[in-house]
Amino acid sequence: MLFIATGAVGAVAVGSVAWPLISQMNPDASTIAAGAPIDVDLSAIAEGAIVTVKWRGKPIFVRHRTPKEIKEAVEVPLSSLPDPQSDAQRVKKPEWLVVIGVCTHLGCIPLGHQGEYEGWFCPCHGSAYDTSGRIRKGPAPKNLEVPSYAFTSDTKLTIG
Amino acid sequence: MSGPSTYVPKSALGRWFESRLPIMGLIHSSFVAYPTPRNLNYWWTFGGILSVMLMVQIITGIVLVMHYTPHVDYAFNSIELIMRDVNWGWMLRYTHANGASMFFVAVYIHMLRGLYYGSYKAPREVLWILGVIIYLLMMATGFMGYVLPWGQMSFWGATVITNLFSAIPLVGESITTWLWGGYSVDNPTLNRFFSLHYLLPFMIAGVVVLHVWALHVVGQNNPDGVEVKNVARDTLPFTPYATIKDGFAMICFMMFFAWWIFYVPNYLGHADNYIEANPLSTPAHIVPEWYYLPFYAILRAVPSKLGGVVAMFSAIIVLCFLPWLDTSKVRSAKYRPVYKVFFWLFVASAIGLGYLGAMPAEGGYVLASRLLAVYYFAFFLVVMPLLGLFETPRALPASIADSVLKNAHSAKA
Ligand code: HEM
Ligand code: FES
Repeated sequence: MLFIATGAVGAVAVGSVAWPLISQMNPDASTIAAGAPIDVDLSAIAEGAIVTVKWRGKPIFVRHRTPKEIKEAVEVPLSSLPDPQSDAQRVKKPEWLVVIGVCTHLGCIPLGHQGEYEGWFCPCHGSAYDTSGRIRKGPAPKNLEVPSYAFTSDTKLTIG
Repeated sequence: MSGPSTYVPKSALGRWFESRLPIMGLIHSSFVAYPTPRNLNYWWTFGGILSVMLMVQIITGIVLVMHYTPHVDYAFNSIELIMRDVNWGWMLRYTHANGASMFFVAVYIHMLRGLYYGSYKAPREVLWILGVIIYLLMMATGFMGYVLPWGQMSFWGATVITNLFSAIPLVGESITTWLWGGYSVDNPTLNRFFSLHYLLPFMIAGVVVLHVWALHVVGQNNPDGVEVKNVARDTLPFTPYATIKDGFAMICFMMFFAWWIFYVPNYLGHADNYIEANPLSTPAHIVPEWYYLPFYAILRAVPSKLGGVVAMFSAIIVLCFLPWLDTSKVRSAKYRPVYKVFFWLFVASAIGLGYLGAMPAEGGYVLASRLLAVYYFAFFLVVMPLLGLFETPRALPASIADSVLKNAHSAKA
């Protein structure tokens, strides 16, 4: 009985000491606060251009797509995609594509307007994304992630 | 480090102390009277060289910390300060940076020595696995050290390597956030890497003590791979025989080391690391330090994220299982004519993978990495188990003394 009680209390003690030691490594309050939403002025982004803004230490690509780019993104058969998602699921307004600019392979920053599909090309291990930010070729398993965002006016976008 | 000591202190003070803390006896039995096989060659001097390199890294590291600032805004500048303003700072930093490379040169020679002479086989399994643990700790230490100067390669190397953990199903993303202490590699990451880079070398030192302890329990292997049968005939005392031979090899190695520091101090580094880290721009071609390249090539050879990461880690973990994968009764490749061929092919495949790891991941390079990666694993998982059953080894000498004396006779004739 005493052995079991000692063992049980000991296990709780070890756990309650270990948890703070592990948990302190997670993002602290100031890091989380610095991840607050940011605004982007859309009127300054010409058609065809990609603007990179920094949010939570990561680049966010805001791409003003041309009609040709939109057409390419819409017309691809879903069955040919490694991570099937329609273009409509990835954008709120077809001209504006907003994605986190971090390659879903190992985190490098892909280069815009490059690669076989003219979306993005990652120089690190050769992943190619299309004009909807979807993975088409290479080792990356997933499409470029879409952050949460909203159009707060005709010319203003809020990310976060 | 084992067995009763034959040490007898000469002075009265020595006897008084020894009966309270028998440390002189421990040192005497480990490094003076300790019997070493009389046929050891120079490949056996790398253990001592590795111990010296660990000391070099710890000493230069401690003095670098006196001038280095682990903060994203100051780290890069503090390194430039070390290079330009601190007295002898350039030499201390070049010694530490090239010292890491020399440490890996020595460990690779040391490990290949074990692989060639079958030093991982019974009764040395625990000794071998402790060695693999030291190697893993060295890789972690070197990786985190390379992040500290906060150049472009530091930052993007850290990003790619920490992202390896995001391949783990379900919990991967949470693990990477936890490792970073944020949403990307940033100041909290630099701080913790600095803390761990300071800690791990001392953990290595601790495992080295266990490694040497295990060595002194089972005794050294030797080029003929036959056990010591008669201590008087087959062995020589550590001092002076091994001490002087190790000392000579260490001095030669230090001259090689000095050549890198004073003539080509930046050859093994990457020029992009003299550009301050920029989280918004990835260099066109990122490569890890040379000592990780074979594993990096294996990572990129597999066309799936999780698969690549699993293959890369398996390439190291497989080493722990060698004692049971190798079925041959004979230890040394000297008496294994077929194994010898496969061994050198393995060395060639590892060097080839190292070369491919530095090349861009496209076309023929990827194909070649795949072929070599297959051989790398086949060597351990297919060749080793089967060869022990099919190979006819050459006749072993009856004892270490017989092999040495036979050579001495034929040399005279
Ligand atoms: C196993 C032993 C060690 C290895 C393999 C190792 C490896 C490395 C490497 C590869 C670098 C990057 C060098 C560069 O490119 O600039 C580095 C930097 C650094 N290390 Fe170590 N290190 C070791 C031990 C230590 C220890 C014990 C300390 C502190 C007590 C230390 C402190 C530092 C500092 C302050 C830097 C940044 C300065 C610099 O980059 O030159 N290291 N280490
Ligand atoms: S990080 Fe983009 S392809 Fe590997």
